[in-house]
Amino acid sequence: MTATTLAPATTDVQIQLRLGDDWAALCPLSRLTPGRGVAALLPDGRQAAVFLDREGRPYAIDNCDPFSGARVLARGLVGSAAGRPFVASPLLKQRFDLETGRCLDDDSVSVTAYEVRLR
Amino acid sequence: MAAMSPSATTPTIVVVGHGMVGQRFLEALAERGVTERARVVVLCEEPRPAYDRVRLTSYFSGNTPDDLSMVEDGFMEKHGIELHLDDPAERIDTAARTVTSRAGLTLSYDTLVLATGSYPFVPPVPGKDAEGCFVYRTIEDLLAIEEYAKTARVGAVVGGGLLGLEAAGALKGLGLETHIVEFAPRLMPVQVDEGGGAALLRTIEDMGLTVHTGVGTQEVTAGEDGTVNGMALSDGSALQADLVVFSAGVRPRDQLAREAGLAVGERGGIVVDEQCRTSDPAVFAIGECALASDGRVYGLVAPGYEMAEAVAAALNGETQTFTGADTSTKLKLLGVDVASFGDAHGAADGCLDVVYSDSRAGVYKKLVVDGEGTLLGGILVGDAESYGTLRALTGSVPPISPEQLVLPAGAGAPVALGPAALPDEAVICSCHNVTKGTIRGAVTDHQCTTVPEVKKCTKAGTGCGSCVKVLGQLVNAELEASGVEVDKGLCGCFGQTRQELYEIVRALRITSYQQLLDAHGREAARGGDGCEICKPTVGSIIASLAPTIGASGYVLEGEQAALQDTNDHFLANMQKNGSYSIVPRIPGGEITPEKLIIIGEVARDFGLYTKITGGQRIDMFGARVDQLPQIWARLVDAGFESGHAYGKALRTVKSCVGQTWCRYGVQDSVRMAIDLELRYRGLRSPHKLKSAVSGCQRECAEAQSKDFGVIATANGWNLYVGGNGGATPRHADLLAQDLSDAELVRLIDRFLMFYIRTADRLERTSTWLERIEGGLEHVRDVVVNDSLGICAELESLMADHVAGYRDEWAETLNDPERLLRFESFVNAPDVPDPTVKFVPERDQVKPDLPLLSIRSFDQTLEGAAR
Repeated sequence: MTATTLAPATTDVQIQLRLGDDWAALCPLSRLTPGRGVAALLPDGRQAAVFLDREGRPYAIDNCDPFSGARVLARGLVGSAAGRPFVASPLLKQRFDLETGRCLDDDSVSVTAYEVRLR
Repeated sequence: MAAMSPSATTPTIVVVGHGMVGQRFLEALAERGVTERARVVVLCEEPRPAYDRVRLTSYFSGNTPDDLSMVEDGFMEKHGIELHLDDPAERIDTAARTVTSRAGLTLSYDTLVLATGSYPFVPPVPGKDAEGCFVYRTIEDLLAIEEYAKTARVGAVVGGGLLGLEAAGALKGLGLETHIVEFAPRLMPVQVDEGGGAALLRTIEDMGLTVHTGVGTQEVTAGEDGTVNGMALSDGSALQADLVVFSAGVRPRDQLAREAGLAVGERGGIVVDEQCRTSDPAVFAIGECALASDGRVYGLVAPGYEMAEAVAAALNGETQTFTGADTSTKLKLLGVDVASFGDAHGAADGCLDVVYSDSRAGVYKKLVVDGEGTLLGGILVGDAESYGTLRALTGSVPPISPEQLVLPAGAGAPVALGPAALPDEAVICSCHNVTKGTIRGAVTDHQCTTVPEVKKCTKAGTGCGSCVKVLGQLVNAELEASGVEVDKGLCGCFGQTRQELYEIVRALRITSYQQLLDAHGREAARGGDGCEICKPTVGSIIASLAPTIGASGYVLEGEQAALQDTNDHFLANMQKNGSYSIVPRIPGGEITPEKLIIIGEVARDFGLYTKITGGQRIDMFGARVDQLPQIWARLVDAGFESGHAYGKALRTVKSCVGQTWCRYGVQDSVRMAIDLELRYRGLRSPHKLKSAVSGCQRECAEAQSKDFGVIATANGWNLYVGGNGGATPRHADLLAQDLSDAELVRLIDRFLMFYIRTADRLERTSTWLERIEGGLEHVRDVVVNDSLGICAELESLMADHVAGYRDEWAETLNDPERLLRFESFVNAPDVPDPTVKFVPERDQVKPDLPLLSIRSFDQTLEGAAR
């Protein structure tokens, strides 16, 4: 077994996602790798793509890539442009702002951005 | 056959001969629109349209007759030109203005253009017609020589001139012990002087050819069966030989003109005036068959092209004359650069020589200048780098002294004189007569920014290609001068190129992306998250160098995992609906029935769509991300390993069955393909790498379309590099011949590591080879001759890779932590993604794609957003 990104002190911290007035617990923070994402299934059947940036800040947007319809954004690469974090779709590489869900390469396209917190 | 008479309105132009000059003439007609106004009929003696006779010998380094063709696809149809192959003209009636062909076709003409070229001169020695005697002029000659050489051991070439050396190179390439017999006291007596001949002789003898100068051929001797067995030479000696090639010069083919009553010169050649018109005003002659108005017959292609232009111009009502041409030439004969230009032999009164001679290195350079320092001409042997610049400077006083121009770099010479020093009227491409001013204009006025664009726009560099290097320098200089500053940085995060980052990582042993970004990234990008371009690039660099710099060789280790493109991250290829395809490695395409059955069972059990790939493996499509570990557990169990179809890495090494089964095979190509595939598997590189090994010259494995391709010869292996299929196909170039197994592997080790070290991101070997300064020659210098002294290092890098290889899938399956990433949902790992669906098609499945409406997508759900 090799080193992982988690530190023991953070293993109990949970990532929560806001759905209306409620916060849904998704997973322990330790399940995420900075710069990558995971997919989470929401109660209504939609999917969220949850990410950490290199500072350890969490983000979540809808997992569906609007250009292909495939639920794959969680498998994209995280980057930053002008100080703002984005994910590049693994299919055709369009970039989406992780805070707003706006597509950086096509102004008319955006995905839902979710509010997340660590508890 | 009845005569076809020209119609009242459409004049008929009949062209006799379809060689390089004939084709250039047709192009010149088409460019001027003459083909739209006139009927053009061409009679061609050979069974194929015009081809590049200058590069005939390249057939032996892998060029097919089709590669040598000078005629663009559809050219004849597009311009309505009637081409009759295999049907030479036999008779001209200048009074009736008709030409009759061998097949009996009689054509009436308004204008007749003779481009009959020349024929090889065969000295009238006894035995010259014995079986086993050849000339070297056409593709058919070459095919006949190739066939006959199969049963021959020793070959002799009569003539040590330009064509003789070409022919000798061909015989050597066919594996014959080769002799050259030259009557003059030195090789290439027309082009070079005594000093140049001596340098040439030494280099050619070092290659294992035997040269006999100052002796003539007295007789070709034959055995009882009538086949050649040797030659008697004028010095009384005898030379044993099974095959003789006469290459003692050419003579203009003027017989047809002579019989038609046209004026011909005393020593041959159809007499023409400055417009290339013969003694009959309706008949022109161009190329090697013509005796130009300056009293010379030109045996070079460039003057032939000028004559073709002159006649096309005349037929279009323009005035353009041909009064003589520059006979400058630059050739590569048997791998030796030989060039002569201007007054190479110093025939002018009072001219002076400046000579640099290094017999040890086989380099000889002579410049001829007059008393005022004007450059008149010169000879270059062994190193003709400066040919393009020097030829263009001929007739002017060079800006630096002549002795500095001939001294090699590093011998106290200043930086070589660049093409920037040339005047605008200097001719850069002498094949197409393109000046420096025209090339600069292509950049400034026609927005060309690359050499290929400039080539297309001006035709410069599309003839013999010897000016391409100068062309590249001019284009870059012009771009810089016009203020175009190209940011060569990799992406918004790094100002360095991939190659520069590679050097930084290697020298400083940087094993972390963040460390590299924070210390070497652009100011604004430091401390950030990087981007989707630099992360995989740096991930690949670190992976390539992993064992050497002390990083983990496993691409999903620690921070490296976050750098990989999605395919590398999941060790599979994502398809359009988010499912994955799986390609197990099948080295060399060899697979047992048991393993085939396993693949079939796995595909059946998981409902995967299967397809045979172009790389001799099997691709299984439609796996959900959570199924990948289960599928691979079965495959690894059965002895399969990752095929790296997802990575910028070695893909496959294709093979044909080779010597083991095939009656034509000369080596065991399957074994070599397997060895190579296992050696380089998992090697991360700037782009994917493909390879193939063919067991004989029939090339069934298509090795010449691969990044590195291997073709078996009777003596070992030929290595080709830089081939590509896909959107921009490129035939691979021959890097080295007749290698042993060990030599082959060592050379590929070096080549691949040099490519990985110097290529740009996503740059295949084909584009890399075209871009890199010095091209193939430079790469050969580095990896064959070790000119940079880095070969030991390149080999050690590869040895590290080979020793450090581990199967990524086996490693992944052994680590529960790593398996977590394949879970469908972090909060519901047992629920498969319900959106990945399939529907039947042709007895298998295909993705069931969701309906897409991008613009309104998720708009209705905005309320749920923060």
